[in-house]
Amino acid sequence: MEKKRKWPAIYLSIVFVILYAPIFYLMYYSFNSAGTMYSFDGFTLDWYREVFQDTRLLVIVLNTVINALLSAVVSTIIGVFGALAIMYVKTQRIKNTLLSLNNVLIVSPDVIIGASFLILFTIIGIQLGFTSVLLAHIAFSVPIVVIMVLPKLQEMSPALIDAARDLGASRFEVLSKVILPYITPGIFAGFFMALTYSLDDFAVTFFVTGNGFTTLSVEIYSLARQGVSLTINALSTIIFLVTIGLVIGYYFISRQSGGLTGMGVRK
Amino acid sequence: MKQLIRTFLIVLAVAFIFIFIVARLNASQGLSGGNTLTIYNWGDYSDPDLIDQFEEETGIRVIYETFDSNEAMLTKIQQGGTTYDLAVPSEYAISKMKEEELLIPLDHELLPNRQYLNPRFLNLSFDPDNAYSIPYFWGTVGIVYNKEMVGDKTITSWNDLWDEEFRNDILLVDGAREIMGMGLNSLYYSLNSTNESELQQAKEKLHTLSPNIKAIVGDEVKMLIGNGEAPIGVVWSGMAAEIMYENEDLDYVVPEEGSNLWFDNMVIPKTADNIEGAHQFINFMLDPENSAQNAEYVGYSTPNEKALELLPEDISGDERFYPSPELTEKLEVYDNLGKEVLAYYNDLFLEFKIELR
Amino acid sequence: MQTKSRNFYLFPYTFWIALFVLAPLGLVLFYSFTDLNGEFTLGNYGAFFTSTYLQLTLSSFWYAFLIAIFSLLVAYPTALLLTKTKHKQLWLLLIIVPSWINLLLKVYAFLGIFGTYGPVNALLEVAGIGPQQLLFTDFSFVLVSVYIFIPFMILPIFNALDKLNPSIVDASRDLGASSWTTFRHVIFPLTIDGVRAGCQLVFIPSLSLFMITRLIAGNQVTTLGTAIEQHFLVTQNWGMGATIAVFLIIAMVIIMFLTGKRGMTNGKKA
Repeated sequence: MEKKRKWPAIYLSIVFVILYAPIFYLMYYSFNSAGTMYSFDGFTLDWYREVFQDTRLLVIVLNTVINALLSAVVSTIIGVFGALAIMYVKTQRIKNTLLSLNNVLIVSPDVIIGASFLILFTIIGIQLGFTSVLLAHIAFSVPIVVIMVLPKLQEMSPALIDAARDLGASRFEVLSKVILPYITPGIFAGFFMALTYSLDDFAVTFFVTGNGFTTLSVEIYSLARQGVSLTINALSTIIFLVTIGLVIGYYFISRQSGGLTGMGVRK
Repeated sequence: MKQLIRTFLIVLAVAFIFIFIVARLNASQGLSGGNTLTIYNWGDYSDPDLIDQFEEETGIRVIYETFDSNEAMLTKIQQGGTTYDLAVPSEYAISKMKEEELLIPLDHELLPNRQYLNPRFLNLSFDPDNAYSIPYFWGTVGIVYNKEMVGDKTITSWNDLWDEEFRNDILLVDGAREIMGMGLNSLYYSLNSTNESELQQAKEKLHTLSPNIKAIVGDEVKMLIGNGEAPIGVVWSGMAAEIMYENEDLDYVVPEEGSNLWFDNMVIPKTADNIEGAHQFINFMLDPENSAQNAEYVGYSTPNEKALELLPEDISGDERFYPSPELTEKLEVYDNLGKEVLAYYNDLFLEFKIELR
Repeated sequence: MQTKSRNFYLFPYTFWIALFVLAPLGLVLFYSFTDLNGEFTLGNYGAFFTSTYLQLTLSSFWYAFLIAIFSLLVAYPTALLLTKTKHKQLWLLLIIVPSWINLLLKVYAFLGIFGTYGPVNALLEVAGIGPQQLLFTDFSFVLVSVYIFIPFMILPIFNALDKLNPSIVDASRDLGASSWTTFRHVIFPLTIDGVRAGCQLVFIPSLSLFMITRLIAGNQVTTLGTAIEQHFLVTQNWGMGATIAVFLIIAMVIIMFLTGKRGMTNGKKA
């Protein structure tokens, strides 16, 4: 029995090591005084000092986070509506059509999304910058939320809603007291996925951003021309540590206050 | 439901706190105030100290944004919705921008420092009388190689790359004009060839190079060659200069069959807000001392005659970056071949890439 | 009453679909019928059916298939083991966290890790295998792609496993089924929806990968995504790029249809 329990642990550790390997590689070289990502010369904190002196870089980081948070919230709301809409459409054909349309953006290459949004925004007359990037991020995050929420809705027994109705619950009450609590884990999963896509996106942002607004990935891409500066490594290290801290902190706080709000432990 | 609303409110609150911080940071940088100049340039293509100096002298805040290809820059300016005051495209992009009426004519009165430019780089076919553009840097396409790793082989020509010894040794930049040009030049054709059979031959010839090609990459080529990941690379001269500065084993050669001579030029796009500031900046960059400082920082060749005199002898006398008149004879500037021919170049290059393996 | 509520849900969503799905789709379709000068043509579709692009399509599908299979092989056991850990939600979050670090940066890290003088080659040397060329091979391309997509495969599978009623598994065990039989006949079929969602989330974007075909595979691998990116950003042949996109979208609809239909009926049954 003892032996059996070991293998899963080993397997999981290997997966985690591989997932984190490139990140630790980046972190390791953020302390390199040589200024390149090969040949480690000596320990230095210069790159960290540079990060905090570079206001422009800090603004870009904050812009990236603001954009990700806002777009994730808005797209989660629209996405939940979308999942409900798909769920309660009665005709199978319309349902399938909606689902296929939903998935178009998930599967379209970023370049296409970016290019077509660029044309779209120019036609509508939206100034390229924060607004256009935010709109684009909301747009491509919505289908991901739908995909994450829909299975939860489908697994929910219709009897539950009928029961609530029979007990005299109003439409809003059914939604807020029965449906939403049930699909909350799916909603949070969708929110986190939207956040992930937004933070990670390069191509779409690259197309639809104008002057005066840049996100981190676009900035990194332009910095990459000169060979990645270790300032970026230092910055990633900080972001990474803060994220890990937040995630773990959030997890334990929400556990203590009873019931995880996060990715949903049931009952 | 409550949990959902609470979490989302917290998220929104955090976002708004960040927005507030960003606004404060921007205000402290003076970015929200009126007198700014937005420059749209290649990455790392101006000495930051010079920009600081310009800001101090004129009181104009410079916002420096970068692009990574002429095409990307063109798309952004074409679509509008941006307010770039100054851009630095290559010569063939300038023809295109002129065709599409994306440029504002320069006021030469405001650019007295223009006199320091070498006449050889003025009044070129892509922009007669320099009505729209002022040369910023120029350079060549050539071969950078690691002397230690290549051993006793010498590389002086494109055709040397076909040597069987260099199996899996060569990195190419990912550019259709550059690589097709190399194929054409290796056959002693013009790199502006529009002859279909010549282009086919060039592609066939390139195909025979496949076993020697390690990868076709973008700007990473600098890092990869500098790091010794591969001994040979086909690159732009400025890239070579930059990595040679860090790695002494590297050498650069402009192949004897001929190669490309290119220019990057300062222009004022239609989207400009601060036209006067843009002129001020161009004139500032043309000042011999500033121009020399910039050339030393960036590593590309300067078209500024006076600045060249100010540069240390080991830079200005370096024939690899300021080639001799005989070699210069063989260098060609890319013509604007028109959309159809260019598309043909691109198709052939794509085919070459697909058949690489 | 029922009808009203339906309309209410539909409104914001259909608005979004019209603006950000149908409009861009229309634009793509429109551009696919234009030539370099913006005039109507069918030439792009003709060009797509030449050997160059067909070869490209074939190899894209092959690599996407490999990437999806390997992702699944790694992700399923991971998700299964994760559901059995004590702080499973925390571990799941920790699986997702690496994808919040910028993709390009991780790719650059891989350039270093797989490089001739990188740690992997150093390890191989110590192991007596000797240095290998890892960068710019299809091996490294598939590996890095799998790395990128793994969280997207794990998440839906994890969710499917997590909602699995443990009593069903116990019942199977009580009836004397071995772990493997239980897995094959009980657990896997019940989580097939998660697997399907994961495969969709991995396979289809794999078709259009572009950045890492250049950075990690050095253009030794070319995908449909690379071709589209080239046509839109570099060669400015938007018509051809849009045509490839149209085919990609058709391929995706077919895949969705093949994998999605049954998922739907399953959902109904539940």
